[in-house]
Amino acid sequence: MKPAAFDYLRAETMDEVLEALRQGGSDARILAGGQSLMPMLSMRLARPSLLIDVMHVKSLQRLSEAGGRLTVGAGVRQSRVEHLADLARLQPLLAAAIPWIGHMQTRNSGTLCGSVAHADPSAEIPLVLLALEGSVHLRSRKRHRAIVAEQFFTGMMATARADDELIEAISFPLARPDTGYAFREVGRRHGDFAIAACAAVVGRTAARLAVGGVADMPTARAFPLPADGTALDDALNAFAWELNARDDLHATARYRRELVRRLGRQVIEDAVRHRDALTPRKEEAA
Amino acid sequence: MPRLAADRRHPVTLVLNGRQVTAEAEPRLLLHDFIRHVVGATGTHVGCEHGVCGACTVQLDGAPVRSCLMLAVQADGADVRTVEALAPAPGRLSILQESFREHHGLQCGFCTAGILMSLDAFLRDNPDPTEAALREMLSGHLCRCTGYTPIVTAALAAAARLRALEPHHA
Repeated sequence: MKPAAFDYLRAETMDEVLEALRQGGSDARILAGGQSLMPMLSMRLARPSLLIDVMHVKSLQRLSEAGGRLTVGAGVRQSRVEHLADLARLQPLLAAAIPWIGHMQTRNSGTLCGSVAHADPSAEIPLVLLALEGSVHLRSRKRHRAIVAEQFFTGMMATARADDELIEAISFPLARPDTGYAFREVGRRHGDFAIAACAAVVGRTAARLAVGGVADMPTARAFPLPADGTALDDALNAFAWELNARDDLHATARYRRELVRRLGRQVIEDAVRHRDALTPRKEEAA
Repeated sequence: MPRLAADRRHPVTLVLNGRQVTAEAEPRLLLHDFIRHVVGATGTHVGCEHGVCGACTVQLDGAPVRSCLMLAVQADGADVRTVEALAPAPGRLSILQESFREHHGLQCGFCTAGILMSLDAFLRDNPDPTEAALREMLSGHLCRCTGYTPIVTAALAAAARLRALEPHHA
């Protein structure tokens, strides 16, 4: 399997990237870590006429914690974020999910923004971005804009990005006090695509659960707390059916619904424990 | 760098196993084909060509990556290490290679070059790994012969020998 022919541009400035995107339109593709795009090129599922390599643009290597957000530039590889010394404090959900992305050998190359651009319905980074209500920062020659994850993912490997836009960065809200986070995934083997993956963000009064691998795109819902009793089971069951799971080679729709019900409850309970371990209730602390 | 035309070959310069190499590549040429067919270093094996099997793993600037998921032109200016870099001298094996031989960590050997390149870097960063961490890292490689148990044994034995040599790592 070899890719079809294309031109290659190793951009060194943002201007070069944006100008090449403007001229190239849908025939141009951004090449970052290549862990999703390269297989598509080799299988000839994608046949762009131009690849724009953005890994040598300095400003896209930005990885910063400011304004209550962790901002990750287009050139930042997954392994770099994975090995941030205080990632589990900055954003525990990201710390929990990153080891599930592919393998060490692919995380050394793949980027977080690339995973968001590819928008595979079973991918971990889009799921975490959605669960945390993070944003996608887009830039073209004409404008720049930020879109919340909920509006960015529009379908199976489809996003709100226009042909002339670069995902310049994505940003995750930092961990909030009084909030617990949890992630679980079920796949055939470690590193395989998720059959179902769940991410939960739990505050004092409500939980947010995001599910990947089941519907055409990661999908999130709010659930009332407390997490005990049958009300949560009923709500999870309704959510599982809403996701319109389908049978495929890897799992049946019924199995996926069951995973949503079970993993969903488990991650919400995990996140409640995580929240309570971090921030003991007043009466317990006294 | 100017835009490289699809139908032309362009010079690519990289350091391969400590030696600077310049050779030509079309933009679409994959890194492993550049290493094997253009430069002639055939120690790196090519399996699935879509990032699943790990046979083609090489170290790029010290980090194990899939050379089938990278273009030769992307590696311009990079430092690439392949399995040929491991043996300290002709006719001598590295501790890791020796351990694979001793513990039957390979049968057909097709996946071995990639596994060695991952392990070489992994053991440098994790001199005393747990078996679980080792197995998780090895999940990035497919071996259809060994069942992985001898590979894990060989890797743990190599880690122990390397620690004994360099006790400051322990």
